[in-house]
Amino acid sequence: MRYAMAIDTLKCVGCSDCVIACQMENNVPLGFCRDWVVESVHGTYPEVGLELRSERCNHCENAPCVRCCPTGASHIVDGGIVLVTQNKCIGCGACIQACPYDARYSHPEGYVDKCTFCNHRVTEGLDPACVAVCPTKCMYFGDLDDANSDISKVLAVRKFKALAPEAGTNPHIFYLV
Amino acid sequence: MKTRREFIKISALGIGAAAIASQSNRWGLGLPLYADENNSNKTGKNKLVPTYCEVCFWKCAAWAHVDNNGKIQKLTGNIADPQCNGRLCPRGTGGVGMVYDDDRLKTPLIRVVENGKQTYRKASWDEALDFIAEKMKEIAAANGPESIALFNHGSAGGHFTHLLKAFGSSTITAPSFAQCRGPRETGFETTFGAQVGSPEPTDIRDTKCLVLIGSHIGENMHNAQVQEFSEAVDKGATIITVDPRLSIAANKSKYWLPIKPATDIALLLSWIHVLVNDELYNKEYVAKHTMGLDQLKEHVSTFTPEWAYGITTIKPSVIRQTAREMADAAPSVLIHPGRHVTWYGDDAQRSRAIAILNGLLGSWGARGGFFMKESAGVPDFPHPEYPKPKWSWHEVLNGKYPLASMSVSNTFIDASIKSEDNKYPIKAWFVAGTNLPVAIPLMSQMQKALQDLELVVVVDTMPTEVTGFADVVLPECTYLERYDDLRDVPHRVPTIALREPVIEPMWESKPAWWMVKQIGERLGLHDYFKYDDFEEVISWQLQQKGLTIEELRSKGIVVLPRKSESPYLDPKADYKFKTPSGKIEFYSSSLATAGFDPMPVYTKHPEPEEGFYRLIYGRAPMHTFSRTANNPNLTDLMDENSVWVHPKIAALWGLEEGKYTYLRNQDGITSNFPIKVRVTERIRWDSVYMVHGFGHNQKELSRAFGKGANDTQLITNVMIDPLMGGTGMRGNFVTFTSTGPTQDKEAAI
Repeated sequence: MRYAMAIDTLKCVGCSDCVIACQMENNVPLGFCRDWVVESVHGTYPEVGLELRSERCNHCENAPCVRCCPTGASHIVDGGIVLVTQNKCIGCGACIQACPYDARYSHPEGYVDKCTFCNHRVTEGLDPACVAVCPTKCMYFGDLDDANSDISKVLAVRKFKALAPEAGTNPHIFYLV
Repeated sequence: MKTRREFIKISALGIGAAAIASQSNRWGLGLPLYADENNSNKTGKNKLVPTYCEVCFWKCAAWAHVDNNGKIQKLTGNIADPQCNGRLCPRGTGGVGMVYDDDRLKTPLIRVVENGKQTYRKASWDEALDFIAEKMKEIAAANGPESIALFNHGSAGGHFTHLLKAFGSSTITAPSFAQCRGPRETGFETTFGAQVGSPEPTDIRDTKCLVLIGSHIGENMHNAQVQEFSEAVDKGATIITVDPRLSIAANKSKYWLPIKPATDIALLLSWIHVLVNDELYNKEYVAKHTMGLDQLKEHVSTFTPEWAYGITTIKPSVIRQTAREMADAAPSVLIHPGRHVTWYGDDAQRSRAIAILNGLLGSWGARGGFFMKESAGVPDFPHPEYPKPKWSWHEVLNGKYPLASMSVSNTFIDASIKSEDNKYPIKAWFVAGTNLPVAIPLMSQMQKALQDLELVVVVDTMPTEVTGFADVVLPECTYLERYDDLRDVPHRVPTIALREPVIEPMWESKPAWWMVKQIGERLGLHDYFKYDDFEEVISWQLQQKGLTIEELRSKGIVVLPRKSESPYLDPKADYKFKTPSGKIEFYSSSLATAGFDPMPVYTKHPEPEEGFYRLIYGRAPMHTFSRTANNPNLTDLMDENSVWVHPKIAALWGLEEGKYTYLRNQDGITSNFPIKVRVTERIRWDSVYMVHGFGHNQKELSRAFGKGANDTQLITNVMIDPLMGGTGMRGNFVTFTSTGPTQDKEAAI
C-alpha cells in the first residue's frame, strides 16, 4: 500500500480551505501550517497565466528527513506515510534542512511537525481533512497500488508532475496540469 | 441638549478585558481528536450540533464538533445540504474564530460624557434596553414610529425587522441592495419580471458555456457556486471571463477578455449585435417568450464588434468567436448576472444587457442556464397584524429611483440629515450586522447624519467602526451561540436547516431574538413575542411543515420535494412572465415610461488622469467583507490586503514588491494606512486592485487595526444609478504617495 495525493491545479482556486481545515483538524497553532498554497504567475499581461498548488509533505519513498534523523523520530509507517514521533524528536531541525519541499516546521512545544496525511483519519477510512473539505474537489487521495483507487484512475488519464524531481525523493504528491 | 456624536474608540472602555480574556484558551495545544464522524450525528468523541454558517450569507448547513470540555473543535459542512455538499469554504471552516476572538463585544455599552469627553460605560442589559425603549417611545411620540430606521444584514436583521414592524415602522433597509446586488435585480426584473435573488438560481453545474462579467467566482467564495464552477471546469464547459484583471476564474477560462475597465456595456451590445445580426439567437424561444426583437435589432445595428474594439480593446474576431460559443451552447449557456455590480452608475442597464443576452439565448428556465428556484415556505410564528406605517422606505426615496424594488440605504442616510423640507425625517437608527462606514461610501454624508440622529443603536459581535457612533452598543452572541430563524433559502430543491446554540453565549452577549423580545415587552408589544425561548418559535414552525425539532437536531437539514416537477421551463408550455407585456422584454416599456433608455446604451465614463489608476476592488476567498478582518483563524490565512500594480507602473513609481505605499485618490483623500505593494502581471497598467474590507481604524480590532488600506475610504466619487439608486464605486482613481494623511489618524474612519 502506497498512499499518495494528486491535486488538480486546473480546478484549485487557491482558497486556502485546505490550510485552515488542517489547522483545525490537527490543532496546528496559529502562525504555523502543515500545508499552504503557492501561486506562480508566468507570462506578461495579457498573455499571462498562473498555477495554484496546495503544497505539503510529499511523503517521499526515499525521504531525506528520515535518513538524516538522529533519533529515529522521523519514520515511515504502513502506507508509506512519513511521521514524526513527538517524544522521540529532539528538535534538532536536521530534517527541516534536509527537506527539499520545506514541509516541516518547529512546533512551539519543541518538536518538528508536518503533514501526517491525517493518518488518524485515514486509518478510520476517512480522507485527510484537506481532501474532505476542498470545495472544488481538486484533491484525490488513495493507494497507488490499487488500480481502482481514485488517485490511480486520475493519474492514468491526466498529465501530472511532481515537485523537485531532481532531488530523487520519489514524492507522493502529484500535481495534475 | 444635543451633544455631537463623536466617534468613540471602544478601547477607551476599560471593561476588564484581561480578566475576561482568559475564558478563551481554545488555542491550547492538544492532540487531534481521533474519532471523527464527519457528517453524521453518531456518538463520537465530539458532540455534533447543527448550525448554518453566518460568516457569509450563503448560510451553509454545518456541524459544530464540540469536545468534552465544551469547546468547539471544528466545523464541517453538512453533506445533505445542496448549498455546501458537506464542504465548508475557508471562512466557514474558520467560523470558530468568530467565537473565540478576545476582541468581541462583551457587555452592553452606553455613551456617556465624562470630564467633557464622550466615552462608553459598561451597562447592564436592563439599563441598555430601558434606555432604548424610552428613547424609542420619545421619538415615536414626536415623529411617529416610522422615523426609527433599521439597517440590516444577516440573521440579527430579521429579528429587528420584526421588532420595528411591530412598533409601526417599515423604514428598513439593507446595504446589500444599493451597495451590491440592486442593479442586477432591477435589470433582470425589467427583463424577465423576476429578480435574481440570493442564492443565485444559476445552473452552473450543467452549463455548457459560462460567461462571467467581472464576476470572480473562486475569489468570491459562495460555496455551492464555487463547487459547481469547479464541476463545470471538470466537464469542459466553455468559460468566458471578462475582467481587466487575471482573476482566478479568468485563469481557468477558455477565453479571457482583458477588457478596458468601464466599457462592459459596449462589449455586451456588440455580442447582442452579433447574435441578432448573424441570426445566432435561439429563434424558437425568442419567438415564443420575448418581445421587442425588432426594436433591439434596430438599436444594436451599429454596435458592431469593430465599434466595440475601439472602446473595449477586445478584438472583433474574439467578440464574434465568443458570441458563437454562447450560441453553440444555447440554451445551456449562462451569462452570469454577477453579485456586487454597483460599478459605474449605469449598472442596472448593464445588467439589462446581460439579461437580454440570456433572453436571446433562451437560457432563462433552461438546464445549464437559470433554473426556477423553490423555497420551503416556513410560516411566520403567529402574532397580531403589524400596524400600518404612515410612510416607509418608498417615501424616503422621495420620488427618486423609480425602478428601485427595494429600499435604498443611501437615501436613508440623506433622510437622517436635518432639513426643514424633509417630510419624512429619520431620527433613529438600529444597525444590525453591518459595518456601515466600510459598507457604504460617502462617509461625509454619514458623518452628518450621525450628528443629527437622536438615537443610534448598534448590534454586533465585534467592535466594528460603526459601533463607535452608537449611543448604545448591544453585544450579540455569535451564530454558534444562538437560535435563529430556520434557514429557508430558495434553490433547486426546498430545504429547511436548523441553527442551534452550540455553546452558551460567552461573556454577557445575547442573541438578537432575546434583545428584540426584551425591547418589545418594554414597548408594550407582548403579543408579538409570545414565547420564552426561540426554540418554541422554531418548533411551532417545523410542526406546520410536518417536521419536528428532534428530526432537525439529528439531521441538521431536511430536503423537501419541489412543488413543481421540474426546475426548468417546459419548452412546449406557455409561460407568463411578470413583466408588463407578460413576455421577456428586450424593449422595456416600464423603463420607457419612467423616462429611461428602454434598451441599454453605452456611455463613456471618465478615465484616470496621468499618474492616476482606476481603483478596482474585490474579494478574497478567506474573508467576508470587513466582518472577518479580525477573526484569528482567518487573519492567520490573510491579515492584510495589498495593492496590485502592473510591473511597468511599479517601475515608473519605484514601487517594490512587499514595500508599503499610501494611496491618494482624485479628491486628495489619502488612505489612513499604508498598503503593501504586489507587483504582478495579473493587472492592467491603467488600474490597481485591492481586496475590500481591510484598513480598519478601530484599535480594539487588535488584529485588523491598521492592516492594509480601506477601499471605501478612497471611494469619494460615487456615481448613483438613476434607475434604482445604486452607488457606483469604480470611478475612483488613485496615485501613490509616501506620505500619510495629515489629519489625526484616530479621527478619520
